[in-house]
Amino acid sequence: MSDLSRRERMKRAPVAMPERAPDVRRTDFEEVNDGYTPEMAVAEAERCLFCARPTCVTGCPVGVDILEFVRLVGAGEFLEAADVIAADNSMPAVCGRVCPQETQCEGACVLAKKGKPIHIGHLERFVADHARNLGSTVPTPAARTGKRVAVVGSGPAGIACAGDLVGAGHEVTVFEALHELGGVLAYGIPEFRLPKAIVAAEIDRLRKRGVEFETNAVIGMVDTVDDLLTVEGFDAVFLGVGAGLPRFLDIPGENLIGVYSASEFLTRVNLMRAYSGESDTPLIDVQGKSVVVFGAGNTAMDAARTAVRLGGAPVRIAYRRSPDEIPARNEEVAHAEAEGVVLTTLVAPTELTGDEDGRLTGVRLQRMRLGESDTDGRRRPEPKPGEFIDVEVDVAIIAIGNMPNPLLLRATPDLDRTERETVVADVDTGLTSKPGVFAGGDIVTGGATVIMAMGAGRRAARAIDEFLRTETARRS
Amino acid sequence: MSTILEARVLVPDVKLFRVHAPKIARKHRAGQFVIVRVSPDGERIPLTIAAADPEAGSITLVVQAVGKTTTLLNALETGDEILDLAGPLGTPSEVARFGMVVVVGGGVGTAVTYPSAVALSQAGNTVIAVIGARSRTHLLFETELAAVCDEVHPCTDDGSFGRHGFVTDALADLVATRKVDRVLAAGPIAMMAAVAETTRPYDVPTVASLNPIMVDGTGMCGGCRVSVGGVNRFACLDGPDFDAHLVDFHLLEQRNRAYAGWEAARRDELGPCAAVPVVVDGAAS
Ligand SMILES: Cc1cc2nc3c(=O)[nH]c(=O)nc-3n(C[C@H](O)[C@H](O)[C@H](O)COP(=O)(O)OP(=O)(O)OC[C@H]3O[C@@H](n4cnc5c(N)ncnc54)[C@H](O)[C@@H]3O)c2cc1C
Ligand SMILES: Cc1cc2nc3c(=O)[nH]c(=O)nc-3n(C[C@H](O)[C@H](O)[C@H](O)COP(=O)(O)OP(=O)(O)OC[C@H]3O[C@@H](n4cnc5c(N)ncnc54)[C@H](O)[C@@H]3O)c2cc1C
Ligand code: FES
Repeated sequence: MSDLSRRERMKRAPVAMPERAPDVRRTDFEEVNDGYTPEMAVAEAERCLFCARPTCVTGCPVGVDILEFVRLVGAGEFLEAADVIAADNSMPAVCGRVCPQETQCEGACVLAKKGKPIHIGHLERFVADHARNLGSTVPTPAARTGKRVAVVGSGPAGIACAGDLVGAGHEVTVFEALHELGGVLAYGIPEFRLPKAIVAAEIDRLRKRGVEFETNAVIGMVDTVDDLLTVEGFDAVFLGVGAGLPRFLDIPGENLIGVYSASEFLTRVNLMRAYSGESDTPLIDVQGKSVVVFGAGNTAMDAARTAVRLGGAPVRIAYRRSPDEIPARNEEVAHAEAEGVVLTTLVAPTELTGDEDGRLTGVRLQRMRLGESDTDGRRRPEPKPGEFIDVEVDVAIIAIGNMPNPLLLRATPDLDRTERETVVADVDTGLTSKPGVFAGGDIVTGGATVIMAMGAGRRAARAIDEFLRTETARRS
Repeated sequence: MSTILEARVLVPDVKLFRVHAPKIARKHRAGQFVIVRVSPDGERIPLTIAAADPEAGSITLVVQAVGKTTTLLNALETGDEILDLAGPLGTPSEVARFGMVVVVGGGVGTAVTYPSAVALSQAGNTVIAVIGARSRTHLLFETELAAVCDEVHPCTDDGSFGRHGFVTDALADLVATRKVDRVLAAGPIAMMAAVAETTRPYDVPTVASLNPIMVDGTGMCGGCRVSVGGVNRFACLDGPDFDAHLVDFHLLEQRNRAYAGWEAARRDELGPCAAVPVVVDGAAS
């Protein structure tokens, strides 16, 4: 590390992430951010003040030793930095790209007060990509325990759990309902934000380490959780099935052709590649069409930016609160706006209208204002009586959140759930009310984040490992 | 990958496949379906499990070539592989001792009703099958149904076999003259809608096996939503069977045409010998 004084380091401007120009990137699905060069990474790392009590680490949901990895980046020791991250985060290439850093590590950075936090996410991404491009080594397998664990769902929770369990010497099979692996990382988050090759590389690594993957395996329908434990002989089960049931608005016209849940729209495009020309999965033609997206989370931004890439014009986001309440990552909002997405806030759809063939033609938006604070501290939107805007639209995408999918839960009645239909699981261990069954990720928290799901998967892996070892000790 | 153990043409454009799927065969219950994908760029399509043989570890699919995916599927032969096969999906049909049950099948829907006819018969019901097709050469599953039903009433549009007319004509006679306790219908949407109208005046509980456009088939997308009694339901989770007297068939019909133009273009790419969408068999429209 260079010997910059504290003042010099504070004076330095943050290194911006190089990105492809908006008018170029909005015509394809390739990644928007180019990533740091080694020089950029070192320069950015050199801004770190190396606080005695690093608040960034406290801000990280999985407690990555950020201070140490940033120091190593500054010293040009990128592979060593990768090892430091890997101790706490099994998917840094993903998290560096999609974590809401502004509310986590970067939000907690002391430089954030000056509006210049260290770009920890960009550095994490750089380090992870660097290590991956050099062809990271596969860890030597631990001694086999002879125990078998079924991991249900191949999203970040399941992947992280499987990785740690195989590392501990257990035999792991991941069961995935869809024909592709990766969960939301595969079917939800688009290629231009998270290249599928990164997710595929992660899964490939797990395969090399001995994890078995079974696709088209809808647990609850083909095998139940009980079948896994009894008939199939697994010693423990981890449920990482996510919260995949889309919510609808419950307003007139919601069944018109051209009205999609964000999950359907993104699944058709990401999983089924409806944009590719070769795909046999259709999508309503978006080219030159007016598109509106309801909601303002990451999912809404992804849907809107996908619609832009499919030629939608104009593409509008309609959000019922004010810009301050937008839940999406800052970067996504900035990217969306740069790509031409129009943000309309303080409006809520009240009715969708269509033609005689049942095709969507318009939406009526009610103007809103912010009222009293809700229980969650956010000011509640309330309608401004009599104030409406009518907008012509051809495609409407509903991105107002998801709920747990009842499919597996119905088949597992002895699993305790909350009134929100999420699975009750211990925060530290993921243990559910059902013996031998652990759960983590969105199925427990409701729609959250990749890092939270990953963290839950890893905590559960530790608990499962312990469970299996004490189980053996007790039996012998 | 699932191996096709047997493939044979039943009637023009309709093929039967027996597919190796031991777990699905063990778990299957009448009314459930699988999601199938035949090529790496392929669409996910739902197909009813027409029969399951747990001993042989196989399930039976009966497929009518109506567009690109079903045409590609029907080009497969014994020994070929089906790329992706997931299931069993959907809520099983309600099977109880109702009394006299009429199962109404139109076109390929006849195969859809078959497993329910078997289950209903085993549950001690008197089961009458009313099945329809364009002509004798298109009539499906008549012998299979005859083996498990108390009566089979075939109907053909051209009168070449059985009753000359629609399945709803035969059904109307049955509900008017006998004490029918339940009706189960599967087939073209227009047929199911007509069945609902035929039984409505008699208050006969009537169930239709709906066929909306699906993607995942697991409750993840909501594309399969249907309106039942004014409430949206996901057909892949809560269906495909619903109370026919409450289903908004007009909406289903419209939504199933969402991609009509695109689908026609894809069909054309397959060339002139490819399947042409068949005019609704045995429908009352
Ligand atoms: C469009 C979109 C954008 C997002 N953007 C971000 C972002 O930028 N940053 C961020 O941190 N978070 C983001 N999120 C949220 C994040 O993706 C989720 O919180 C995270 O993926 C949850 O991980 P999980 O492993 O719990 O579940 P999932 O990723 O949902 O994976 C669950 C898997 O289980 C499978 N499954 C379900 N039921 C069964 C069954 N019965 N049998 C077998 N398999 C089953 C599913 O098919 C799925 O593959 C986004 C979410 C969406 C939808
Ligand atoms: C629960 C259920 C059970 C079914 N069982 C059978 C069966 O046993 N045998 C059989 O031959 N057919 C069955 N179908 C219908 C079958 O899924 C469609 O015929 C098939 O998807 C058409 O695809 P295609 O590419 O060949 O035709 P396309 O040209 O793409 O479409 C022709 C028509 O089929 C419907 N369709 C298209 N894509 C889908 C899709 N992804 N999901 C559902 N419908 C679609 C639309 O109405 C469309 O207009 C079933 C459908 C459902 C929902
Ligand atoms: S097919 Fe996607 S929810 Fe039913």
